[in-house]
Amino acid sequence: MNRPPVSDWATDFDHLDPTFVADPHAIYRQLREECPIAHTDRYHGVWIPTRYDDLATIAHDHQHFSSRTILITDRAESPTELGFHAPPITEDPPYHTDIRRLLLPVFSPSVVAEYEPITRTMANELIDTFVHAGACDAAIDYAQHVPIKVISRMLGIPDTDHARFRDWIHRLIEQGPAGGETALDAIMEVGGYLAKHVENHRTTPRDDIISHLIDARMPDGRELTGDEILGVCMLLLLAGIDTTWSAIGASLLHLATHPADRHRLVAEPQLMASAVEEFLRVFAPVTMAREVAEDITIGGCPMRAGDRMLLPFPSGNRDPRVFEDPDQVVLDRTMNRHFAFGVGIHRCLGSNLARMELRVAIETWLDRIPDFVLDNESAVPWSAGQVRGPRSLPFRFDPR
Amino acid sequence: MAPVKVVVDAQRCQGHNRCAALAPELFAIDDLGYAQAALTDHLDGAQLASARLAAANCPEHAIRIED
Repeated sequence: MNRPPVSDWATDFDHLDPTFVADPHAIYRQLREECPIAHTDRYHGVWIPTRYDDLATIAHDHQHFSSRTILITDRAESPTELGFHAPPITEDPPYHTDIRRLLLPVFSPSVVAEYEPITRTMANELIDTFVHAGACDAAIDYAQHVPIKVISRMLGIPDTDHARFRDWIHRLIEQGPAGGETALDAIMEVGGYLAKHVENHRTTPRDDIISHLIDARMPDGRELTGDEILGVCMLLLLAGIDTTWSAIGASLLHLATHPADRHRLVAEPQLMASAVEEFLRVFAPVTMAREVAEDITIGGCPMRAGDRMLLPFPSGNRDPRVFEDPDQVVLDRTMNRHFAFGVGIHRCLGSNLARMELRVAIETWLDRIPDFVLDNESAVPWSAGQVRGPRSLPFRFDPR
Repeated sequence: MAPVKVVVDAQRCQGHNRCAALAPELFAIDDLGYAQAALTDHLDGAQLASARLAAANCPEHAIRIED
């Protein structure tokens, strides 16, 4: 990608600029104080609100801010205009409400709790593969596999295809913003892959999400169309992997590089629940997006229908107006209304699952490998785009 | 026994489930993941503290504690 360097972050913001990718929080910190709603003419015109309260206002206002654009790209058309629907995340009420209700029971806290033992077993099996070596890449060998294994099983597809999932996610979410054909090709490939599995479930129903979707009925009694089932499956497969992978990796990186927090979490496991929320706050991986549906002025900024908008929840999570010492990881922070899973009607459908996976991944890791270090911090590459996380984590520890 | 009432605003609750995680005895979660106050009055001191903690962590500001 050959983009001109950013001249001014308030008026020429670029979330793919290497300076931003290296340290987005330095830029957000400056914008929150000096120009809380930034703008850029890049990507066909995008607003970037950076304060917690503005993010909350916008996320709660689905009348003015539509979800038909959730990924900011160089393309002039929104993903939905190109035919990409992944309900409910790409949809607005009232359709959004109806189809989301079909999915909420599948990710309820009680269902997620049923998956906890198997998640722990999977995490242990992953650690078994490298614990004797005394070294691993915790992003590649561990963090990425936990969400892949769990969601594959929930959906009812084989987790042995994880390399293909990774490739699709990389092309769609990480290369998609550049606007080339690779993202569209990836969508076609995922669709084809999932269609085969849906067909298979139609002839051989099972107790999993794909069969649940085939049996589901909308409020008017109709079945979901083939495209709706594929769109939902695509969302569930792609949205939960990159994101949870990022959160697990960033949390383990923090523990590798902050021995006092690591020792405290091992010594005081009762802190795990608040620690998980704190990791989610500080390392929130997801920046959402919207499209202005009706003209509105927010914070003096005249937003026009068709304008695009990034919703950097990671910036809101470090707003000093809401969080004391916002850049500090405080394992026992008691007040933590963070936006890692968004807020409003699009609250992450899989938030209960992601929380469970993050907690179990950290608990299992600390149980097996309580002491570990990063080989070389300067070498950690972070992903660019709307899902942020460490993509390689070379760790060393005592072989056991 | 503090004469207080815990109320979950169903219009605001989006099913984040933070309240039930922090105070499981005070909140019930339905099949869709939305919260309801399970114990709404006659809270003891520890329960009141849990209720306040849940309210302070609800991203939707959906929990009210009415004295």
